[in-house]
Amino acid sequence: MTQNARTIKVDFLARVEGEGALTIRYKGNEPKSVELVIFEPPRFFEGFLRGRSQLEVPDITARICGICPVAYQMSSCHAIENAAGACITPEIRALRRLLYCGEWIESHVLHMFMLHAPDFLGYPDAITMAKDHGDLVKASLRIKKAGNAIVNLLGGREIHPINVCVGGFYRAPTPSELRTLVPELMWSKTALAELMPTLAGLPFPDFERPVELVSLKHPDEYPFNEGRLVSNRGLDISVHEYERHFEEQHVAHSTALHSVHLGHGPYVVGPLARFNLCFDQLRPFAKRAAEAASLVPPLLNPFKTLLVRGVETLHALDEAIAIIEAYRQPASARVEVPVRAAVGMAATEAPRGTLYHRYQVDAQGLIEDAKITPPTSQNQKSIEDDLFAIAKRLPEMSHDAATKLAEQTVRNYDPCISCSTHFLRVRLEHE
Amino acid sequence: MKAKKPKLAVFKLASCDGCQLSLLDCEDELLAVAGAVEIAYFLEATSRIVKGPYDLTLVEGSITTEHDAERLRQIRKQSKKLITIGACATAGGIQALRNFADVAEYARVVYARPDTLKTLATSTPVAAHVAVDYELRGCPVDKRQLLEVLNAFLNGRPPRIGSHSVCLDCKRKGTVCVMVAHGTPCLGPVTHSGCGALCPSYTRGCFGCFGPSASAHPAALRPALTQLGKTEAEVARLYATFNAAAPAFAAEHQTLAKRKEPTT
Repeated sequence: MTQNARTIKVDFLARVEGEGALTIRYKGNEPKSVELVIFEPPRFFEGFLRGRSQLEVPDITARICGICPVAYQMSSCHAIENAAGACITPEIRALRRLLYCGEWIESHVLHMFMLHAPDFLGYPDAITMAKDHGDLVKASLRIKKAGNAIVNLLGGREIHPINVCVGGFYRAPTPSELRTLVPELMWSKTALAELMPTLAGLPFPDFERPVELVSLKHPDEYPFNEGRLVSNRGLDISVHEYERHFEEQHVAHSTALHSVHLGHGPYVVGPLARFNLCFDQLRPFAKRAAEAASLVPPLLNPFKTLLVRGVETLHALDEAIAIIEAYRQPASARVEVPVRAAVGMAATEAPRGTLYHRYQVDAQGLIEDAKITPPTSQNQKSIEDDLFAIAKRLPEMSHDAATKLAEQTVRNYDPCISCSTHFLRVRLEHE
Repeated sequence: MKAKKPKLAVFKLASCDGCQLSLLDCEDELLAVAGAVEIAYFLEATSRIVKGPYDLTLVEGSITTEHDAERLRQIRKQSKKLITIGACATAGGIQALRNFADVAEYARVVYARPDTLKTLATSTPVAAHVAVDYELRGCPVDKRQLLEVLNAFLNGRPPRIGSHSVCLDCKRKGTVCVMVAHGTPCLGPVTHSGCGALCPSYTRGCFGCFGPSASAHPAALRPALTQLGKTEAEVARLYATFNAAAPAFAAEHQTLAKRKEPTT
């Protein structure tokens, strides 16, 4: 960066989901402010949900995000079942985990190889990268497809699945249908495990920042659909207590709402949090791959989330195969969900982190009030804090390299700006 | 001598990202598509930006801000052919629910300081603002149809995409009619083809993701839906989703909204 430059500005962040911008302002060589600006138009999902039937919710909330619609459907279903006092069967629970495995695989692999890896290897995108690293890109597309195939079969289609309903599924697949998925899942598992050493050799910036990490935790399994909310700083609560501990606040320097852990401050959700808090619950296959790549908790370098996504993808591939092998078709694909006036809440682990939903339902089964807190809302303050910390290094770099590193720092979190725009205070800052 | 590749651009307005993601979900075809065109603007996939004009532009999302309306006019000027992808760009999408309500009320529900928001009272399709060369439907679009449209435009032929109802596709697929066999209410008779008649093959009634078919007449379907147990309020809500502002669907849910008994 030249001596007289005072601002690093990225007008359109690329390789993130949705549209945002980034500004770092300096006084001399000292960073003064960092802003992650969201200029996606506001969307009004919580408003649209009022007056809708509780059964319509998962189809509507899926439309918040085309990248992680399964996460929205899962949190919606669990929260409404919680309000209604409905209990799903073990078979439905297993199918939901399988569906979530599919979304984790396709979303993580998309981010690792198409959005994030080009940063480390010095390409504008995966397609250009394919000219020099054809086998890597082709393998990644094949793994991504194996994940999408799960969502496609179980959900009906990859984006905005149609087979999910409150209480379970419209139709449960037959065991033989599910078994068609196994060969590609097996191939993907081996292929990704073989790629991990290469990925571990990527040039990761040396960067660590002490943060509070928050995720669901389940005693027996890596968290998808249930667990208690825990942190590395002593938090251990039931999901029902979420709103007593976390609050979206208006921060003076920013136009966006930031979610904070009351009495503690900003925190991080997502792969890094899950890996550090739930390492022991990883399937042995994924754990061995992590250890082989020298990945063990505590791991606080956000640039290495690329590798953590790899470990989580291996876990999801292995878990998907195990679920399919143990699968018995349930007699009924869904349980009855009674109607009663109540409030229900749930959190599940979206690929990007904890996704919290709360619904207030009336005696007719219509939604009176809804609250949705996506992962990117919770990570936004920490993304800015990472940027502030990394900003101190940028003045010594060329403007181009500095801008790239700043963008990469945002990309570490795989932020989903589309998701975020129904709750973020939006500032339209255009020139 | 190598011919110059056509320049492809992908732009996003108010949307969930899902329709442009459909392109990246074409795992088997992505590298072939990228070989046939120059990807000149596609922020979700690349940080490389090539200036227009563009030979083929895909637009996802609806117009909900004055800024996006102006941006869209600039995009049109830069685009030889402009194709809308998905229900938001083609019909205003789920955001168009605001067209039938008070947007200020929605803003108060979602945002603590609604006065700071810059948003229009309506969500409108791209064609309400600029000329459009082709509209691809669906919430989300079907990726096979997306590839067909790209293929057609790159080869200067009309896309082979029908505008008939989902019913016909069920018959072709041999899917048993969920209304007749199971008594499940279904919007298949009035919904545009394109998804591959997905829901009925999962024993679910169609819920209209692809908007109205060419000759849709929802009022004629109404008695069949109410006979199967749907209240008129439920039928109205069935049309008031991802294609709420598509004329045939809008007419039906607005007719029913007016007839709705006042709640006691």
